[in-house]
Amino acid sequence: MSIEWYVVLSSLLFAVGAMGILIRRSPVVILLCLELMLNAGNLALVAFSRMVGNQQGQVFAVVVMVVAACEVVVGLGLIVAIFRRKLPLDVDELRELRG
Amino acid sequence: MSATAWAWLVLLLPLLGSIAISLSFRAIPARVAGAIGTAAIGLAFLCAIAALVNLLGEEPDARHHASSLWDYASAAGLDIKLGIYVDQLSTFMMLVVTGVSTLIHLYSVGYMKSDEGYHRFFSYLNFFVFSMLLLVLAGNFVLLIVGWAFVGFASYALISFWYRRTTATKAGMKAFVINVVGDIGLVLAAFLIFRELGTFEYGEVFAKAPEVFAKGEWTITAICLLLLVGAFAKSAQIPFHTWLPDAMEGPTPVSSLIHAATMVTAGVYLIARTHVLFYLAPTAADIAAFVGLATLLIAGTIAIAMTDLKRAIAYSTMSQIGYMIMGVSIGAYAQGLFHLMTHAFFKALLFMAAGSIISAMANRQDIDRMSGFWKAMRFTSLMLLVGGLALAAFPLTSGFFSKDSILAYAEARGGMYTWMAIGGYVGAFLTALYTFRLIFRVLPGKPCKEAQHLIDTGELYHGPAINPATEELEDAEVGFPGAHHHIAEQSWPMAVAMALLGFGALFAGLIQVPGVDNVLFGFLEPAFHDSPLAAIHPSVGAEWRGLAIGGAISLLGIATAWLLWAQRPGLPAAFRQRFRPLYELAVNKWYFDEAIDFLIVRPALATGRFANSVFERFVVDGLVTGTKETVSGAGGLVRVVQSGFVRSYALLLIAGFAGLALYFLLSSS
Amino acid sequence: MEEVLFFLAALGALGGAVGVIALRNPFYGVLALIVHLFSLAVLFLLLSSAFVAAAQVVVYAGAVMVLYVFVVAYVGGGGESAWESIPGQRFLAPLLGIAIFVELAIAVLASSLLALGTDGPDVKAGFGDPAAIGYLLLEKFLVPFEASSILLLLAAVGAIVLAQRKREGESA
Repeated sequence: MSIEWYVVLSSLLFAVGAMGILIRRSPVVILLCLELMLNAGNLALVAFSRMVGNQQGQVFAVVVMVVAACEVVVGLGLIVAIFRRKLPLDVDELRELRG
Repeated sequence: MSATAWAWLVLLLPLLGSIAISLSFRAIPARVAGAIGTAAIGLAFLCAIAALVNLLGEEPDARHHASSLWDYASAAGLDIKLGIYVDQLSTFMMLVVTGVSTLIHLYSVGYMKSDEGYHRFFSYLNFFVFSMLLLVLAGNFVLLIVGWAFVGFASYALISFWYRRTTATKAGMKAFVINVVGDIGLVLAAFLIFRELGTFEYGEVFAKAPEVFAKGEWTITAICLLLLVGAFAKSAQIPFHTWLPDAMEGPTPVSSLIHAATMVTAGVYLIARTHVLFYLAPTAADIAAFVGLATLLIAGTIAIAMTDLKRAIAYSTMSQIGYMIMGVSIGAYAQGLFHLMTHAFFKALLFMAAGSIISAMANRQDIDRMSGFWKAMRFTSLMLLVGGLALAAFPLTSGFFSKDSILAYAEARGGMYTWMAIGGYVGAFLTALYTFRLIFRVLPGKPCKEAQHLIDTGELYHGPAINPATEELEDAEVGFPGAHHHIAEQSWPMAVAMALLGFGALFAGLIQVPGVDNVLFGFLEPAFHDSPLAAIHPSVGAEWRGLAIGGAISLLGIATAWLLWAQRPGLPAAFRQRFRPLYELAVNKWYFDEAIDFLIVRPALATGRFANSVFERFVVDGLVTGTKETVSGAGGLVRVVQSGFVRSYALLLIAGFAGLALYFLLSSS
Repeated sequence: MEEVLFFLAALGALGGAVGVIALRNPFYGVLALIVHLFSLAVLFLLLSSAFVAAAQVVVYAGAVMVLYVFVVAYVGGGGESAWESIPGQRFLAPLLGIAIFVELAIAVLASSLLALGTDGPDVKAGFGDPAAIGYLLLEKFLVPFEASSILLLLAAVGAIVLAQRKREGESA
């Protein structure tokens, strides 16, 4: 399969992830959709790395995984903190930061 | 030292006196402040004499010097120096101002003794003398305007000296506002002079003016009319005169210094100084002469009806200044200035005597309540009589020689000026009439209760502290007159000052007896050599004829007054009934205050109200509030985006990304 | 053979993704994501990136997803309300998703980057090996390597601070 198949698949997965963020209201699910988007990016990176012929894209993908892990950690910590304070776990309800 | 050096000293000393007193007023006792003030002016008078002596040592035609300390503003075609101009005219004015001021300071030392604001009084008084000297010594129009404005301020400060009285503060504001109207005229005239002639210095202006302007041209007439606006406002001529009677709210020394001897003569000085310009604008000069004549007569009629002692004397001042303005406008420069000098003496004296009487009356000024003071206060009554005789131009007093010299000149000039002379003689009759009305009301007869108290106990009558104009009760703290009053018989500074002025009022005319000596005119005339008008001299015979007519009219006036007020007290009341409308006109001061209120004050207030309700609300406020509303409205519209919903933010983000990607796609295809 | 594997993996990835966004219960969503991750690992293998595939399975599917499972177990799967509080969101979201996909696809397919149409250059046997990645990480990309380790530290500290219980009672 030529590289473009992989890249097109990656963009499809990215679009699905974006749609998920816009639709869902639970913070946990939104984080999951964020994972989708990150992984789509990873797929594109690895595909291009294969296309170019060196491993730099793969290194980039590993670093992205690290970042994603950190972000998940903090995000889930936030969710736990919200849950502990007995606030509703719904991004539409949590909107005190507004103009 | 040269004359100009002495002149600078004359200018400096009162300023130093004022600063010294105002800086140390908490530390020095009252009498020291009075001593500093009087000494400053006294020394200035001596320096003025030194300047005169210096000047007399030169050739008559060389007696004019300009001296400047430094360049005040030198740029872009402007060259204004801080300079003075010393010639016969300014030396004469210097002497009169410092001389009379010294005596008035001396009088104030006694008169204001129990006042809480004693230091402030002397500081202001010294500042006033400095301003007046600056005005007369100024060597260019800019410094003249500075002196003019300072004098206006000093007048305001001194009129509202008893600042806790609303009548006083209102009078001060009225005087100041009318003075500012005059200032506008003066400043505009200075601008026009600069525009046409390119300079402010006196010497250059008066040399260039005859070359640049044709006689009767409209620019020079405009300049002179604007100068006249300034002169009339300062000298209380119609229609700018309404401030002077109200200015009697100030203490009596203030009335005698500022509103009799010096400030109100500034207009006369101005016309005399700029006589070259007035010669080139005969229309303006004639207008000035008519205004002088009109003021002379109108003020005379009002003075007959006034019952407040100080206000009656104020209208008399207005009338006499009318003589002086008329004189200097028609070309009788030296004669007008002669009358200025003698008027300073006898008017200051009259005010001082009036102050003494008012003190005896426990601050009441109503002549209806006064009588029989001849028995109670001999010295004061004598001084009042002396001043009154000089004012009425009784034969051989100073006023006799000075007033009639103006009228003799008018006759000699001929044409319509002879009619002015006749008007002047009518005015002289009125003068004698109202002056001796006052004297015959106050001095003879059965003593009133205040006078009786003085005769019986030798102490002054103690009445409640009231505002003489409104009869409301006051107290004696700072901002009001003091608790104690002082009369000349009990206060030697007052007596000495009055005696010296009385001497001057009686004998000062003898320096200018026609055909006998020519001290004053001989000194002053070279200053007016550049005016052909000043060369008109009535013959000695014509002068003596004028003097005879004047003397006869004066005696007639005194006799009529004696008849009306001493012999037949019922007659004035009968006249009042018979000529009711005329009486009403006089007593209401010819309704000038009401006219100004109707023509100027009300439209101004209406404009202000209109500006506030329409312009301010819709235009200014609209602009400001409108801008604010627009901005906050726009902010409100934008604020909608900040909903707090994370998902809408995400939507906007992704929509933006999609848009951007679309743009790049399209632009690269 | 490669094509079949590709399509199966692609289906798995897509199915997992759709499952994440469609399933109500977040626990089922997590499971769907795990399927997605495994499919992605297969795709990485197809692209000769062995190390990345292994890291994906071990780190991502192994550690991160376990974390998710723990949290979902603690927090519970709430039912989300069905009604939409933001007007226009439900309408615009699919629209934008489709728009993004179409644009990106056009960008890729109509690209003048001709190498996209190939399978890539021939690579040696140890192309995606840990050794190769390791050499790059420690030589050329040392700074990013160290930076990401600091990032991990920060994240760990941050998580501890966030999830901390207050000493005496709860405060907002």
